[in-house]
Amino acid sequence: MVDQVPLLQTQKLTKTFGSVHALAQVDFNLYAGEVHAVLGENGAGKSTLVKLITGVYHKDDGTILLDGQSIHPQNPHDAQSLGISAVYQEINLVPTLSVAENIYLGHQPTRFGFINMRRVNAQAKALLQTYNLDIDVTRTLSTYSVAIQQIVAIARGIDMSAKVLILDEPTASLDAAEVQMLFKVMRTLTAQGIAIILITHFLDQVYQIADRITVLRNGEKVGEQLVKDLPKRQLISLMLGREFAEIAAAGESVAPPISADAFVQARGLARKGMLQPFDLRIAKGEIVGLAGLLGSGRTEAAQLLFGIVHSDAGEVQVKGQRITLKSPRDAVRHGFALCPEDRKVEGIIPELTVRENIILALQAKQGWFDFLSTARQEAIAQEMITALRIVTPDSSKPVGELSGGNQQKVILARWLAAQPEFLILDEPTRGIDVGAHAEIINIIKRLCSEGLALLVISSELSEVVDYSNRVVVLRDRQKLTELTGDDINETTVMRAIAEK
Amino acid sequence: MVDTKTAFEKAPAPRGFSVARLLRANRKLLFPLAAFLLILLGNWLISPNFFNVRLVEGRLLGSLVDIFNRGAPTVLLAIGMTLVIATKGIDLSVGAVIAICGAVAAVLISETELSPVVVIIISLGAGLLCGLWNGVLVAVFDIQPFIATLILMVVGRGIAQLITEGQIAVFNNPTLEFIGKGVVLGLPFPILLSAFVFILVLVFVRRTAIGLLIESVGSNDRASYYAGIDARAIKLLVYVISGLCAAVAGLIITADIKGADANNAGLWLELDAVLAVVIGGTLLSGGRFYLGLSVIGALIIQSIQTGIFVSGLPPTFNLIVQALVILAILFLQSDDFRRPFARLFQRLRRHS
Repeated sequence: MVDQVPLLQTQKLTKTFGSVHALAQVDFNLYAGEVHAVLGENGAGKSTLVKLITGVYHKDDGTILLDGQSIHPQNPHDAQSLGISAVYQEINLVPTLSVAENIYLGHQPTRFGFINMRRVNAQAKALLQTYNLDIDVTRTLSTYSVAIQQIVAIARGIDMSAKVLILDEPTASLDAAEVQMLFKVMRTLTAQGIAIILITHFLDQVYQIADRITVLRNGEKVGEQLVKDLPKRQLISLMLGREFAEIAAAGESVAPPISADAFVQARGLARKGMLQPFDLRIAKGEIVGLAGLLGSGRTEAAQLLFGIVHSDAGEVQVKGQRITLKSPRDAVRHGFALCPEDRKVEGIIPELTVRENIILALQAKQGWFDFLSTARQEAIAQEMITALRIVTPDSSKPVGELSGGNQQKVILARWLAAQPEFLILDEPTRGIDVGAHAEIINIIKRLCSEGLALLVISSELSEVVDYSNRVVVLRDRQKLTELTGDDINETTVMRAIAEK
Repeated sequence: MVDTKTAFEKAPAPRGFSVARLLRANRKLLFPLAAFLLILLGNWLISPNFFNVRLVEGRLLGSLVDIFNRGAPTVLLAIGMTLVIATKGIDLSVGAVIAICGAVAAVLISETELSPVVVIIISLGAGLLCGLWNGVLVAVFDIQPFIATLILMVVGRGIAQLITEGQIAVFNNPTLEFIGKGVVLGLPFPILLSAFVFILVLVFVRRTAIGLLIESVGSNDRASYYAGIDARAIKLLVYVISGLCAAVAGLIITADIKGADANNAGLWLELDAVLAVVIGGTLLSGGRFYLGLSVIGALIIQSIQTGIFVSGLPPTFNLIVQALVILAILFLQSDDFRRPFARLFQRLRRHS
């Protein structure tokens, strides 16, 4: 892996959009058989780099070399025929077609000019078996988990061309076991000499799977190191351009006074097939973490509490009064708020502006006729943009054009503007960069000290352990235990999840 | 941050904000408006006295007046259709609703002693019920709007025929006729009526939160539901408004010919309305909507028809010419179509 000619190389690669340097003179070296993580905050230039290599964008300056030859990919198809395939976070497959059809879409084996379906299926099955995946390839893709869809997408990419594979946030919606499954596939590929570019926000996973790291910041390369030579703390400093200690210190806060009475309380809340009877009480100024693996019932608990799904047993009380939750509207009326897990589908209204997205929940709460004046909307939006440090040129930009972390902040702003008393955050830090990550954690702590009751769902145990006053552990759609005080640390939570 | 009350008063809206918004709105406005003016210009070239407006017996006459007068029903339908399309829906039943409401008005006025005002209210009520029916199918039973409104489109003319008992129901009532033929301040009443409905709907959706909520539901209805918006009520509302607009259009058409023709009143008009909305720049995929531009879209369609009529071209060419002109407008609005021309233009400018 060392002392060889890079398989893929960029020299002084530059791309500007208007006056903004999206990528400035970046030298990137990818060697055969390695997993090379490209890291950086949102807007650092990771996706620009990938899009230049895959021909989505065209470079302004510099060269791209593949096997020592200069290449000029015009579009992703072009790049693919050169041997460069990319699998994106939003999987680019057709969910309603079968697994086999997806793998061979556009290059099906034919017979007399007709698609030979039997061969398509047989080949697809054989192909997936090389990835240790034995599934029914005639079934519709969408019936499989995201992890399997991900591997199908990789198989499709590798089958069409096999030199460089780019994985953009491949693990964002996978649980721990699925991540390991994917890593196994990645190792199989690198053993065959394929080079993998990995873009991810999960630093732990980088240390598990990657061989080399390139760090970008503001469009420039700020470091290239072998993983073993770059401790995590140093990596984070590189990414942020500040010292780690500063970041950690900003998050410190005094333990909030916890009022004794529960603001919101669930008793035996349940729905068949979704969640076993579930008890929960949260007081104002208290943060309760909800831990468990993906599919353990965390999101389901949030949906029941927010009225998105109707419970068939149990009840929810606010300040000791039983309430009915038929829809999110009911929940909002009682001062609830929910930042959902799937930001794109359940969170943002992509066409509306940042301002409109921010005031939406407040306006919905006020009804049709009590319309917030433009000046008032703008004031609320500006206040939130400043308070949450949302990066946007102005409040009239469509929110769909912001980066993931900023979209997440806009949704958070939407709910803070509605002045809730009980806030549920479902994976508030998923898929966002380190800087925004730290900021959102700080915001969570601050909200709590301002007297909000908070329920936070997160896969990142270190995070949950850090800010929670209590941690509720779920497994298999059932509440296992509730940890308090000194019992809250990663080991106890892990043990609780793992215990039979 | 939770205590935002004081900060609201302090922070002034930045000045650049409204200008940026105006510019963006203007770019959107440019194409339909330019197309409208071009077509009027074309009409003027074909018949030089196109823009002549004469005052005869206290009544303005001329092709221009005619466009606004004849275009009134399409304008009305386009207003309702814009809101429906903004929620990612479509209302194919409006032509049939015209027939129903016209039949209700004509039969009641000729066969009962009810006062014209009551008849008009009942006719509007019929439109409201039709809209409610569509709305319930779409919003409550979650049926795809295309199919849901197709049902009333098919059955509506049958209902209208039942009401008129298969005849063309003619009537003689000056008050009802006034809706189609009346003149106020020199202007035909349908123009004033459609302008009034336009302003009413505009104020109703833009001076309240309803417009924003419609756009929100159309852009992402699931996220809107999560944000506490009653997406169901919003959808119900837009179909009801569309039904009411169709009822007003039905009254104009019926009053104009002093009779209700269940088979032909408003026939295919729903398609003109959809086209008007699309020309106006509202996307069929829902979200942002532009009421004023939809009205311009409807007027474009009417001015093409009037233009062909005054040009003396055989009426057999009507639909073909109309289709070609509309195709040209839609091409002009397409970025992909304009790009090569823009590039050519840039190159030419660099050379000179």
